[in-house]
Amino acid sequence: MDTIKTDIVIVGGGGAGLRAAIAAAEKDPGQCIALVSKVYPMRSHTVAAEGGAAAVTQPHDNLEYHFNDTVAGGDWLCEQDVVEYFVAHAHEELVQMEHWGCPWNRKEDGHINVRAFGGMKIERTWFAADKTGFHMLHTLFQTSIKYPSIKRFDEYFCADIVVDEGRAQGVVVIEIATGRICFIQAKAIVLATGGAGRVFRENTNGGIVTGDGMALAYRRGVALRDMEFMQYHPTCMPGTGLLFTEACRGEGGYLLNKDGYRFLEDYGLGPPSPEPRNKFMELGPRDRVSQAIWHEKQKGRTIDNPHGQVVHLDMRHLGEKKLRERLPQIYELAEEYMGIDPAHEPIPVLPGVHYTMGGIETDGRTATNLPGLYAVGECASVGIHGANRLGSNSLVELCVFGKVAGEEATQFVKTTSNSPTGTLERQASEIGNRLRGLVDNPSGKERIAVIRSEMAKSMEDGCGIYRTEAGMRATCDKLAELKQRYRSINIEDKSSAWNTEWLLAIELGYLLEVAETIASSALNRKESRGSHQRLEGLEQRDDQNYLKHTLARYAGEGPPKIEYSPVKITKLEPGIRAYGEAGEKAEAERKKKKEAAHGK
Amino acid sequence: MANNEKTIEIEVLRYRPEEDDKPFLQSFKVPFTDDMSVLQGVQYIKDYLDGSVSFRWSCRMAICGSCGMMINGVPKLSCKTFLREYYPGKITLEALKHFPIEKDLVIDLSDFIGKLESIKPYIVPDAPRALEEGEYLQTPRQLDRIAQFSSCINCMLCYAACPQYGLKPEYLGPAAIALLHRYNEDNRDSAKAERMQLLNAHEGVWGCTLVGYCSEVCPKDVDPAAAINRNKVNSTIDYLLRFVAPRGGN
Repeated sequence: MDTIKTDIVIVGGGGAGLRAAIAAAEKDPGQCIALVSKVYPMRSHTVAAEGGAAAVTQPHDNLEYHFNDTVAGGDWLCEQDVVEYFVAHAHEELVQMEHWGCPWNRKEDGHINVRAFGGMKIERTWFAADKTGFHMLHTLFQTSIKYPSIKRFDEYFCADIVVDEGRAQGVVVIEIATGRICFIQAKAIVLATGGAGRVFRENTNGGIVTGDGMALAYRRGVALRDMEFMQYHPTCMPGTGLLFTEACRGEGGYLLNKDGYRFLEDYGLGPPSPEPRNKFMELGPRDRVSQAIWHEKQKGRTIDNPHGQVVHLDMRHLGEKKLRERLPQIYELAEEYMGIDPAHEPIPVLPGVHYTMGGIETDGRTATNLPGLYAVGECASVGIHGANRLGSNSLVELCVFGKVAGEEATQFVKTTSNSPTGTLERQASEIGNRLRGLVDNPSGKERIAVIRSEMAKSMEDGCGIYRTEAGMRATCDKLAELKQRYRSINIEDKSSAWNTEWLLAIELGYLLEVAETIASSALNRKESRGSHQRLEGLEQRDDQNYLKHTLARYAGEGPPKIEYSPVKITKLEPGIRAYGEAGEKAEAERKKKKEAAHGK
Repeated sequence: MANNEKTIEIEVLRYRPEEDDKPFLQSFKVPFTDDMSVLQGVQYIKDYLDGSVSFRWSCRMAICGSCGMMINGVPKLSCKTFLREYYPGKITLEALKHFPIEKDLVIDLSDFIGKLESIKPYIVPDAPRALEEGEYLQTPRQLDRIAQFSSCINCMLCYAACPQYGLKPEYLGPAAIALLHRYNEDNRDSAKAERMQLLNAHEGVWGCTLVGYCSEVCPKDVDPAAAINRNKVNSTIDYLLRFVAPRGGN
C-alpha cells in the first residue's frame, strides 16, 4: 500500500474544506496540507446553495438581533457562546470572500447589497444572484490554487480514519480513477464532508451528500449530536426535490393553496401584507412553513400533482425582469425542468429534505473529543443551528468555522507526533482488505439500489415532517433489517478503475449508519422542537426534560446508544418562539422583561 | 411496472480499461416517464440493468457541472436533457469528445484543470486590502462586465464542441479563456498584464478559428466565444503597446 505523509489532511473540498485549507496554508505556509475530495472541489454540494449568506451589515442591524434570530430560530437548542462567536465573525468572513473575488450583488453606489430571508429580523443576506453557493465555492477553489502547500487529491474517496494511541492519525482513501487504496498519514484530520440528506427520498441534495464523515467519525466513537433535526425546505420541485430558493419569498413570492389563498396566515405567521415583511408570512422559518404545508395537505387544501400534494409558489407579480435578474437559476429550473414560465404561472412545490442540522459533535473550536480529529460545515454540529437552521446561516458557517478548523488543526500539528508509520500502515492495510472484500463478497445477492430506496422511503414514512411513535419504530426496525441485508450486498462490477458501484456500496453503508442515528434520536426525543415534530400529545416543546442535546453513540452492530448533554445558555433564556404578529408581541415582552431586570 | 409505461432504447458507449481494447456500444431498454432526464435514464441502467456502467453526476440541477456527455453526438448536460425529446427514437450516449476516456462516460479532465490553474484564476490586488477596510467598491455595471464570464460551471461541453481543441490539445480553450477574461475584467484585479502573456501565445486566443460552437452548447450562457473575440482585440492592442511598454499594455 502506498503511504503519503502530510501534516494535515482535510476530507471534503466544499466550502468548509477549502476555507480550512486556505486558513491552514496562511497560518503556516511551511506545513503540508492534503485536500482529499471524492469529486473535483467545484462539484461539491456547496455549489447548489442558492439564496445567500447572512452577516450584520446595515446600520440599523446589530449582532444581538442576528444572535436572537439564530437562537430563537433554533428553538433554543443552540450553543449560545458559539452563536456569539459566529455572528461576531460573519461579516469579516464575507468581506474576505469579497476580497477574494466573489461576485456579490451590489447597490448602485458599489457597496454590498443584502436581501431578506426567512426568520431574520433585518435584511442581512449577502447574495450573488441565486447562485451564491456556486460563486462562493468557485471563488474558494480558484483562490486555493494560490497556495502551493495545498496538495489536492481530487477524486479520492475517503473510506476510513486510522486511529492509534487514542489519536486520529490519517485516512485510508481510494483513488477513484484506478481503484488504488492509499494511506494518507497526518497529524490532524479535518472532516468537511457535508450532510446526509440522501438518506431521505424527496431531497434537494446532490448524489454525493451521503453522510461520509459522519459515519466514519461515529464508527470511531465520536458522538453524532442532534441528528433528529433534519430540515425540510418548503419549496422543492415535485418528483426530483430540486430546490427553489427561499430568496423566491425573500424577493416577494407568495405561497398559495388550492384556493389561491395565502394559507400561512392560518399558522401564526400573519397578518399578510402585499410586500414581504421580515419574520411574517412567507418569511417565516423553514420548519414552520413546511409544517403549515403538511397541515394544508391534511385539510385537503393542497393541489394534486403526479408526484404528490403540492402548493403554489407564486411570483407572477414580481415580473420577468426582476425574476431574471435576482432569480435566474430559479427561472431556468422552472422553464427547463417543468416547462413553466414563473412570470406567468405559479410553480407547484412541496417540502423536501434539505439540510442536516445535527452532525459530528465538536466544541466551539471545531475539535471533536478524539484528539487530532476536527469537523466543520454541515457534517459537524458546532452548535449554531439548534433544532432548525435559518436560511443563509450555513454558507457563513463554512467560512467562519472553516477558518477556525484550519487554524486549530495547524496548532495541533505542532504539539503532536505520529505513531510509527509501520503500525499505522498495518491498520490501513487491514482496512484496505476489508474494502476490497466488499467487491468479492461471495454471498452477494442484494441490489444496492433496492436497499437504498427502501431506506429512503422508510425514513420519509417514519421521520418526516410530523412523526409518530409507531412510525419511528417501524423505521428503526426497517433499518435494522436493511443493515442485515447490506451484509449480502452484491457488486456486479469487479474491476478497479472507476468502479463507482463499489463506492456506492460503501456510501450505502454510511447512509444506513447515519439513518439509524436519525431514527433512534428522533424516537427518544419525546417533545416537539424546531424541525422535530411529534403527534400524539407530544406537540409541545418540553424544556423541563428536553432542553438538551441528543448524543448518538456507536454501539457495534445494533442501534446507537442515546445520551444527552446540556445546552449552553449565555444571553437568551428560553422563551416563546413566535413569528408574525405573535412574534412581535413576544419580542416586546422579552424586551420589557430585560429592561425591568436592568432596573430601567 | 405499469403496462402503459413507455420504454426507450439507450445505447451507451462502453469502455472498460482493464478489459477492452476499444470502446463498444451496449444497448439498454429503459422504462421512462416524460419528466425523466437522460441522467435519470442512465441511473436506471446502473441501478437495475448493469451496475458496472460508470458516469459522473451529483447535483441534478445543472450547477455542479459533472454530468456532461455526448447525447446523440451533441455535448449536453444529461441532467437537463430529457428522454422525451428523443422518443420514440433511440439515444446514444458517449463520453465527451476530445478527451481521453477513463471509463465508459467518464473523461480525463486533468488537462483542463492544469489550464485553469495556469491562468491565475484569483484576484491579484494592486495593494492588499485589510478586512477592516471593508469591501472593494464595485458598481452593478462593473459587476455586469464579469457576471456572465464568472458563471462557468466547468462542465467541459465547450471543449467537446471546439474543433480546435480536438486538433490542438495545447490550445487554452473556451472555458479557461472565459475565466481568464473574467479576472482581467474585474476592477479589483491588477494581474491583467501577466495573464495577457498567456493569451498572446499561440495556444492562447489565436488558437481559436471562430467556429462559435462553444457558445452554442454552453448550458449557462457564458458565451466563451465572446470572451475569446474580445481578447483577440485585447491581444492585438497588447501586441502593439508592447513596443512602448515593457510588459503588456497596462
